Amino acid sequence: MNLSFVSGPSEQHRLILVLFCSACLIFFDHKLNSFESVRGYLQSMVSPLQYLANTPNQLMTWASENITTREKLVEQNQNFKVEQLRLREQIMQLAMLKQENARLRQLLASPVRQEIKKMVAEILSVNSDPYSHQVLINRGANDGVYEGQPVLDANGVVGQILHVGATSSRVILITDVTHAVPVRVSRNGTRLVSSGTGRIDRLVQNHVPHSSDIQKGDLLVTSGLGGKYPEGYPVAEVTVVRQDESRPFAMVYSKPIAQIDRLRYLLLLWPEQQSPFAPAPKVESPVKEEQSNARS
Amino acid sequence: MLAHNGIMILLTLVLALVASIVPMPLSVDAFRPDWLLMVLLYWGIALPNRVNIITAWLMGFILDVLLGSILGIHAAAMAIAMYIAVANFQKIRNFSRVQQALVVAVVTALYHLLVFWLQRSFNDVVFLPSYLYPVLSSVVMWFWLFPALRLMRRHFKIK
Repeated sequence: MNLSFVSGPSEQHRLILVLFCSACLIFFDHKLNSFESVRGYLQSMVSPLQYLANTPNQLMTWASENITTREKLVEQNQNFKVEQLRLREQIMQLAMLKQENARLRQLLASPVRQEIKKMVAEILSVNSDPYSHQVLINRGANDGVYEGQPVLDANGVVGQILHVGATSSRVILITDVTHAVPVRVSRNGTRLVSSGTGRIDRLVQNHVPHSSDIQKGDLLVTSGLGGKYPEGYPVAEVTVVRQDESRPFAMVYSKPIAQIDRLRYLLLLWPEQQSPFAPAPKVESPVKEEQSNARS
Repeated sequence: MLAHNGIMILLTLVLALVASIVPMPLSVDAFRPDWLLMVLLYWGIALPNRVNIITAWLMGFILDVLLGSILGIHAAAMAIAMYIAVANFQKIRNFSRVQQALVVAVVTALYHLLVFWLQRSFNDVVFLPSYLYPVLSSVVMWFWLFPALRLMRRHFKIK
């Protein structure tokens, strides 16, 4: 062993070599997006490490679920039963409304909506890059997950699939700065684009004219325009509307409906393919253009 | 790489990778020490013939995949930070523990700033002082990590 003289190429040469490799990687990954398929393989290769890192958390969850008292369980069970009763009643109504809706749509010669395939996924709680909002889930290409797939939680839209591995995949959240969702105000159908701000409790609506009818408390639902998210799922609730005439656009902030900070179970959707009879949108809306610029 | 118990080096690096993604409570999470960088620094100073800039770059690349950031960012920052340590390993090796901790502080701060600057040039990220909290925790952890790794190196006769 000779520690005084390190063999091989000098440190400067090594540094230049790896920095050149980094520059190439950054260029091809970020600017050309040519690593999408390779990312999948890399993600599959490192997923054992991620499952390993997830075990302490899983143990804690397991322990806390197994060390609850009997009374607590009974109480929980009762709550669930009451909740189930309530939901069943709503389902009965929903079935009737669905039938009615389908009949009306047939009368109007609009395509009848199909049931959407769904799958439940669980979050692997591992640390992610602090500069972006992402989570890892325990479903991958083996379960049919694909890139750009919409992801929901029990309350609303959470995000979409960013990279797919074999047994795990990465979800980019709607609050990420590079993400945007086309939405409409559920009260009156005004179309907007909700972009992430990097803050977990805030989305921003860009380019909203002062004249548009939007109020604090309005619910924003997906408009289905980008072709990624199916129509009608709640995204956010408007929290701030400031119509300052000295600015070119109104300032509209909203808060995600999904509990982004306490996600555990997620729902993956497989929206049906656009049927050939569906009326094509006649006017190319600005919302759609924006959407394609942002990562969506 | 694997001769003379080199597998132990690999094991510490894998453990450091896991430690850098293991979930932690939100209040502690901002103070997560840079385990991977510290382990790399130790081996770079102790055995520069085994662990060099290319190892650091590869580990940084795996970290990029694990964290889901743009490929090459952590790799580049890790390699530059490692270069400082490896280029001066004979000096750093003879420093006292406190002086070494100061070097670790400078190197980890540089690493975080490099990652931030690179991210800044691709996304609209804003600098928060909390991005540099890991520097403090890394310095504190160095006082435990250094003796632990040295003990391990001597016990397993890694060279």
